[in-house]
Amino acid sequence: MDLYARRRVVNTVILSLSFVATAIGLFWLAAILGTLITHGVGAMTPDLFTQMTPPPGSRGGLLNAIYGSVVMTAIATAVGAPVGVLAGTFLAEYARNSRFAEIVRFINDILLSAPSIIVGLFIYEVMVLRQGHFSAWAGAMALAIIVVPVVLRTTENMLSLVPGGLREAAAALGTPQWRVITEISYRAALQGLVTGVMLAVARVSGETAPLLFTALNNQFWNTNLDGPMANLPVVIFQFSMSPYADWQTLAWGGALLITVVVLVLNIAARVIASWSTVKQ
Amino acid sequence: MKSDSPVPAVDRRSRDDARPVPVAPVRPSVAAAVPAPSAIVAPAPTAKIEIKDLRFYYKTYLALKGITLPLYDKHVTAFIGPSGCGKSTLLRALNRIYELYPNQRAEGAVVVDGQNILDPKQDVNLLRARIGMVFQKPTPFPMSIYDNIAFGIRLYERLPQGELDGRVEQALRRAALWDEVKDKLMQSGLGLSGGQQQRLCIARAIALKPEVLLLDEPASALDPISTLRIEELISELKSDYCIVIVTHNMQQAARVSDFTAFMYLGELVEFDQTSVIFTNPKKKHTEDYVTGRFG
Repeated sequence: MDLYARRRVVNTVILSLSFVATAIGLFWLAAILGTLITHGVGAMTPDLFTQMTPPPGSRGGLLNAIYGSVVMTAIATAVGAPVGVLAGTFLAEYARNSRFAEIVRFINDILLSAPSIIVGLFIYEVMVLRQGHFSAWAGAMALAIIVVPVVLRTTENMLSLVPGGLREAAAALGTPQWRVITEISYRAALQGLVTGVMLAVARVSGETAPLLFTALNNQFWNTNLDGPMANLPVVIFQFSMSPYADWQTLAWGGALLITVVVLVLNIAARVIASWSTVKQ
Repeated sequence: MKSDSPVPAVDRRSRDDARPVPVAPVRPSVAAAVPAPSAIVAPAPTAKIEIKDLRFYYKTYLALKGITLPLYDKHVTAFIGPSGCGKSTLLRALNRIYELYPNQRAEGAVVVDGQNILDPKQDVNLLRARIGMVFQKPTPFPMSIYDNIAFGIRLYERLPQGELDGRVEQALRRAALWDEVKDKLMQSGLGLSGGQQQRLCIARAIALKPEVLLLDEPASALDPISTLRIEELISELKSDYCIVIVTHNMQQAARVSDFTAFMYLGELVEFDQTSVIFTNPKKKHTEDYVTGRFG
């Protein structure tokens, strides 16, 4: 076989293998989405958004869990995103090539890939055990710890993409560094920064493990952040493991709801990111 | 007074520095059209900046090996030389923009109006407000055309809206951009063409009313028409500023500058009136370069 024919055969084989691998990946994704939709769409009733989680055998919805998830995600983002943005700014603008920055970056990467159950256990240890009870605050703090590395990473990446010439040009006008960062770098990277925060929100809104040890769950309507609070991931976990058909249906509904929200957030983040590239 | 009017050769060598002090340029076309120099009494150009034995290091690499050079007020000085000769490095030392990067440092003195600006006590931001700079690549800020200009003014002055509007308009007019953008001041500066963006950057620099304008290959990323406009603008602006331009393009240096410094491998080979450098240089090396025999 000559060299060219051989190359064509190898190409065909590799191409087929890549195709099969892609198909397998997509198949499971489609299967998961299909299952979610077929089981969950039945639970998508007004009740889902207006009623509390019910005892087995009665009607109900997920209102308290939806509320809890929104509140805890909001607090986690409010706490974690500024820390992530500021730390990312430090790495990209102030400490770019320093040894210290390398260490921080390395530790952040570890935190980024740490199993979230460990974050939950950590907060359980430092907050729940000391306070003696589960609370929404503890849940929000656990989620905040997950937000930080995600936001830090995207912030640093986005600021690194801001052309150095822009910083030079601003500095050449006699602009102090903090104003170069807040008025030029942040503005140039704004859409990337927003994308990073939205991806972090998408990430934590589906986290279950950190909440199991912290916010726990609550069958009832609760707005007290010092007490256990219902949330979608843990309710899904609990209801789907139960033997009751109506609970299982609600769990499917909650799962579909989270998936749709995460999907929308991811698409929004991508759209925003594409705007920013078009502009530059 | 027209800045390119001929100037009698005043011998200032009696001063403590013994380097030759060139006189203002006499372009052949201008010289032919005006009376003999003796008929006009004009002051010799005054040095706005005196670079004294400037050495520049990238980490341990010596990129400028002791440059001594005057830069005259209300005149254009061009730095020419092959790539890597240190001309941009020299320009970047004049507003200490190199300090943005670790491992870059300058020794010697850059004296602006009697003050050594390399002195650590010199505030860099105040210095850079006095010495404007325009870069090779146009760098409009990601904001409106208006805010691009107002940004720098707002850093140093708190003006009522009307006055700020006036300053923005004045800067844009001075940079010959006003007519093209006056109806879209609130649109993004990123939407302008390359040549317009570069004039926006020049407007941004002169809005601060600097004393010196440093231009780092300001036209090398532009098409010929935009280049011409930038060159016209430089000739226009030199009545008010001490202008320093780094250029790869020798025709450009010949067209826009009054004085030219030829640099090679971190050293100043020759500095003189542009007409002398291009027609009758003293050094063989300079002649070889300007006639295209090397570099």
